[in-house]
Amino acid sequence: MAQKLIVAVIKPFKVDDVKEALKAIGINGMTVSEVQGFGRQRGHTEVYRGAEYEIDFVPKLRLEVVVDDHQTDSVVDTIVNTAHTGSIGDGKVWVVPIETFVRVRTGERGHDAL
Amino acid sequence: MNSVDTAWVLVSAALVLFMTPGLALFYGGMVRSKNVLAVMMNNFAAMGVVTVLWVVVAGSLAFGDGGGIIGGFSLVGFAHLGHSLPGFTSLTASPGAVMIYQMMFAIITAALISGGTIDRIKFSSFLVLITTWVLLVYAPLAHWVFSPEGWLAQRGVLDFAGGTVVEINSGFSTLAVILVLGKRRGWPRDPMAPHSVPLTLLGVGILWFGWFGFNAGSALAVNDVAVSAFLNTQLAAATGLLGWLIIDRFTGSHATTLGAASGAVAGMVAITPCAGFVPPMAGLFIGLCAGLICALAVRLKFRFGYDDSLDVLGVHGIGGVVGMVLLGVFASHAINNSAPNGLVYGGGAHLMVVELLATVVCAAFAFGATWIIATVIHHSIGLRVSPEDEMVGLDLSQHSESAYSAGGMGRLSS
Repeated sequence: MAQKLIVAVIKPFKVDDVKEALKAIGINGMTVSEVQGFGRQRGHTEVYRGAEYEIDFVPKLRLEVVVDDHQTDSVVDTIVNTAHTGSIGDGKVWVVPIETFVRVRTGERGHDAL
Repeated sequence: MNSVDTAWVLVSAALVLFMTPGLALFYGGMVRSKNVLAVMMNNFAAMGVVTVLWVVVAGSLAFGDGGGIIGGFSLVGFAHLGHSLPGFTSLTASPGAVMIYQMMFAIITAALISGGTIDRIKFSSFLVLITTWVLLVYAPLAHWVFSPEGWLAQRGVLDFAGGTVVEINSGFSTLAVILVLGKRRGWPRDPMAPHSVPLTLLGVGILWFGWFGFNAGSALAVNDVAVSAFLNTQLAAATGLLGWLIIDRFTGSHATTLGAASGAVAGMVAITPCAGFVPPMAGLFIGLCAGLICALAVRLKFRFGYDDSLDVLGVHGIGGVVGMVLLGVFASHAINNSAPNGLVYGGGAHLMVVELLATVVCAAFAFGATWIIATVIHHSIGLRVSPEDEMVGLDLSQHSESAYSAGGMGRLSS
């Protein structure tokens, strides 16, 4: 059975909700990192001593989950539904096929490494 | 010698010394993370260099026997302090304590210049600059105003704790250096936002604390004048803070923490010449004026294109001018019997005229003399780092260090 890598860039305050929702559907591992970027939301303005600075990059949270193929749709739906606020800047989710997936400790591969 | 007065001056000296590490934090927070150690190092280096200069010769040039233009060599090496300082006829504290106290003023005034020269000045050149500057600019100005034998003091100029010698001097000297030094690469096009406003706020807290020694200590005795100076320092810091926030709110839409911190400093700068001479309500008003005016003055650099990076001119230079002018308005004989009354207390325009004279003379001398010093250094050993060193950051290029393990051009882990 093949695996997929699901990558989501979401609003940082949504990370706990997404984590709990994924645990509830049986996902028991994920990686998060703090990242910065912009999309249609663009950046924001900061003011120091009256001087305005355009800050293009907005803090976001990047979430990575590896799942079996058949779980892909339900995990994507869970992330999208949980991270959704309806306002601009909610983020993106994309799915990438995985060529090889190995657990470092045992050398197990594919589904067994999950 | 009065032991209580001496103790107060010594404690105040320690408070004023503490302001320089406070200034290092104040400045350090406002620069980018690749230059934070370099600017803090400029401040710490001033503590080393100026201490040596002061005890060896600069203190004597400021307070030794002289003809009013420059002190002589009578106090070289702090050797012949004896029981009196030239001109200080009613001094009750130990002359040695006063010389130590004044050493701390020279240190922080030299350190203040680093707020304009950040991100691009060569460390070795900064040391040469402040060494020459303390001898040729600070010491004469301190003699003119702080020594009772100085020619401005003789003309009746009032300056309680250094509106001219410290604030106007550092502001206009910095302007001269940065005109020779040039702008930071990319300024004002590229964003150069503060890397840690919390550091800056901590620095202002230390400056605020130390400023009680700076102002109240300048009474050189434990008396009602010291109490007035202490109170006015607190009042002006408070209204300066509020004044800057008013400008923030009505021109930028948000009250900023950096604005609050800057306003408190502006208020204390302006009250520095006035602290032991004006009543409390005047102290409130002077701080408010400084907060309002300095918050607008720091924007001038964008209009005129000079890179006064951390606003030494905008806060210290302009704040000092505000204080000197308003001292001519609010000086009160009832608060301090060594002062004439200002405009509002029926003293007429005489005090205002001498205060304006001192303001113009000190600003012009500081600017002119410092411009010559900076120009000579620029054309001999060079003031500026190479473009590559500037891009990498001064922490790494000047000191082989990184402030934060993953910051700037530093390592990814410790």
